[in-house]
Amino acid sequence: MRSRTTMKGLRMVNRGLNARVPWRIGTAQRWGSTISQRPGSDRVHFPGAVNSKFTTDMSFIKPSDLPAIPTYRVLDSDGELVDKTRGPPNVSDKEVLTWYKNMLTVSIMDVVMFEAQRQGRLSFYMVSAGEEGIAVGSAAALTPDDVVFAQYREAGVFQQRGFTLKNFMSQLFANCNDTGNGRNMPVHYGQNYPRIYTISSPLATQIPQASGAAYALKIQDSQNPNKDPRVVACYFGEGAASEGDFHAALNIAATRSCPVIFLCRNNGYAISTPTLEQYRGDGIASRGVGYGIDTIRVDGNDVFAVYEAMQEARKRALTGSPVLIEAMSYRVSHHSTSDDSFAYRARVEVEDWKRRDNPITRLRKWLEKKGLWSEEQEKEARDSLRAAVLKEFGEAEKEKKPPLRNAFTDVYEDVTEEAQEQMKELRRLLEEYPEEYDLRPYKDGIKGLD
Amino acid sequence: MAFSRAPRALPRLFRRHYSGAPSPKAKLNLPIDYKTTPLLYHTPSALSGVTEFPAAATSKRLNYFQAINSALRTALSTSDKVLLFGEDVAFGGVFRCSMDLQTEFGSDRVFNTPLTEQGIAGFAIGAAAEGMKPVAEIQFADYVFPAFDQIINEAAKFRYREGGTGINVGGLVIRMPCGAVGHGALYHSQSPESLFAHVPGVRVVVPRSPSQAKGLLLSSIFEHNDPVIFMEPKILYRAAVEYVPNEYYTIPLSKAEVIKPGKDLTVISYGQPLYMCSAAISALEKAMPGVNVELIDLRTIYPWDRQTVLESVRKTGRAIVVHESMINYGVGAEVAATIQQGAFLRLEAPVKRVAGWSTHTGLTYEQFILPDVARIYDAMKQTLEY
Repeated sequence: MRSRTTMKGLRMVNRGLNARVPWRIGTAQRWGSTISQRPGSDRVHFPGAVNSKFTTDMSFIKPSDLPAIPTYRVLDSDGELVDKTRGPPNVSDKEVLTWYKNMLTVSIMDVVMFEAQRQGRLSFYMVSAGEEGIAVGSAAALTPDDVVFAQYREAGVFQQRGFTLKNFMSQLFANCNDTGNGRNMPVHYGQNYPRIYTISSPLATQIPQASGAAYALKIQDSQNPNKDPRVVACYFGEGAASEGDFHAALNIAATRSCPVIFLCRNNGYAISTPTLEQYRGDGIASRGVGYGIDTIRVDGNDVFAVYEAMQEARKRALTGSPVLIEAMSYRVSHHSTSDDSFAYRARVEVEDWKRRDNPITRLRKWLEKKGLWSEEQEKEARDSLRAAVLKEFGEAEKEKKPPLRNAFTDVYEDVTEEAQEQMKELRRLLEEYPEEYDLRPYKDGIKGLD
Repeated sequence: MAFSRAPRALPRLFRRHYSGAPSPKAKLNLPIDYKTTPLLYHTPSALSGVTEFPAAATSKRLNYFQAINSALRTALSTSDKVLLFGEDVAFGGVFRCSMDLQTEFGSDRVFNTPLTEQGIAGFAIGAAAEGMKPVAEIQFADYVFPAFDQIINEAAKFRYREGGTGINVGGLVIRMPCGAVGHGALYHSQSPESLFAHVPGVRVVVPRSPSQAKGLLLSSIFEHNDPVIFMEPKILYRAAVEYVPNEYYTIPLSKAEVIKPGKDLTVISYGQPLYMCSAAISALEKAMPGVNVELIDLRTIYPWDRQTVLESVRKTGRAIVVHESMINYGVGAEVAATIQQGAFLRLEAPVKRVAGWSTHTGLTYEQFILPDVARIYDAMKQTLEY
């Protein structure tokens, strides 16, 4: 059964037998079938279950009879410390204010871009309303050298890791300053350092990659002990956790003791599909236990809870124990600009959630109580952030698209002979039928094919 | 769409071309006029001469997703063995193909699955093996790849592996929206038909219009005992509107259709590019009086109707193949090689392929990567003047 350890008031479901194996030892220890068995022993070391007692009580485990995994929280929805016996979160005022502004920035950008999409000024957008705290709080516990694999609702992770408004806008408008070279749909951001791999639309594909990347970091860091060891953080939603890749990722991370933190944003909906039709277990957290991974569930509206859990998870990951964090929230937004969620859920349900709780207002209450924030500062911050967003918006929208050659480059390291011929053929067509193509939006026009 | 899954609001998005606007001076690369294209039945009376449709049919004006919905409703009413499931199917599907069907047929037969394509495909195969007729929806063709193992190693090989037991997965249909829409980029634009067509054992169908989609879907469910990959060009869901018979009817699989007869050149295509072919042909026939081009819709990509194509090329002596997905190892390669072998002595020009370039569908470059009317026009002209 589950054993639990308490670390600084944080209870993580521990993976039992092999929990504290230092990661440098490598694989978890498991005895083979050759082990001798004492006569009269109350258990056999089956190779597949090494510490299971015999029992005459034929009882099936009924998951619904087990208590649900609790949800870790630091602040209540009024922004008060829940546990008065503990100290305040160990974060400087300056840092918390940065988090707050980062959350605010993302939420203001979301409003502007959602509206811009509705006006037809960009093809697509996805907001992260209600999940800003998960993104910002978790990213705040990482170092710049840590590596992130994200899904598509983690703008706050980018914001917290130094992605600028110009970076956001260049990607959203697929202009010539976009590091994705104008190739990806909006919100598929990417950054080399601090590393966040460019978002890929397919769900869950990033999760096993995160395990492999973490293994690479572990090998490299063990070969270079002078550098601070690094972890990988991997984000995904509860819907994506139904994909085979999720299961493969946790299992392989456990068997190879990878320094990886899996962070599931459980927001209640995969497009229209509610969690009741997505799974029947105790959320996503219960699966971590099954894979022998240290696991915790946190209140995603509580930026401190997310931060503290992530900080502790990072420590554990560095000792060779992958960690699963399930951060609970509610998707108050539509899935994307292509979705109208009132086709499958009641407006009142959404309004209730919006009123009930929100990571930004909860932190704001805490800040105001501490005298770190005021109505006036709020207004000023909102006005100046909105102005900054609109400025970058305007500049990015005016900027040219990248040169046409980007349609063909980077498929392979070098453009193949076949593709070179195709580029030549495209150039011939553009020259022979100039009235059929508008090359003005593209940097360097037809020369962009050179 | 996965990520991004869910262009419910496609028509609105169609108004703007994020991969570059149409050129203001364009004569060929104009938006397809679906209201006048000869490929759609614009009046109820236009249906009467069509042998594949039921005689004395009543009909209704439907767009492509409504025609799929009508086929699914007909199928669910025709047999209790028909099941319909996939991600977000219960509320009507992100493209509205399953609208109202859960209400009408109940959640035992029409239901949401968890988000797992390999699970959906495997579940469908098991149900089909036990005698049901599962219609599984993959939300986008771009997301079918986790199901590749189930389709390639299981569905395609099921009958062959079972041999003497006679067990098969006939009745299994895996539907998926495919193709580019102008802003789908890498993961909402793909047309992976040739990947499936490479593996014998699954039938691969790509209908071009609402009335074709209904007949071919009903045929896939009821008339064939083979698993079918059914690919729906998603740009047509709302754009293509025509009169569709209300009754049950089927259109045979593995049978091509000569959409427009001609004597000088054969154009072979399927799915959405047929509309561009049709526009290019009418421009060319105007520009080169006397020239008469034959247009063929393959309809089923594999096993395909070689005889109709060969017969046409033996008559015209010239052929081009047009498809949206990449040219390399694409459907065009198979068709061109078959023509070369079966009509070599009649060929007056090399068989030309007009297809997507050998790259991915980069967002801002889509219109330069995928075939357009001008490229098809140019290829026809070159082939005629060879």
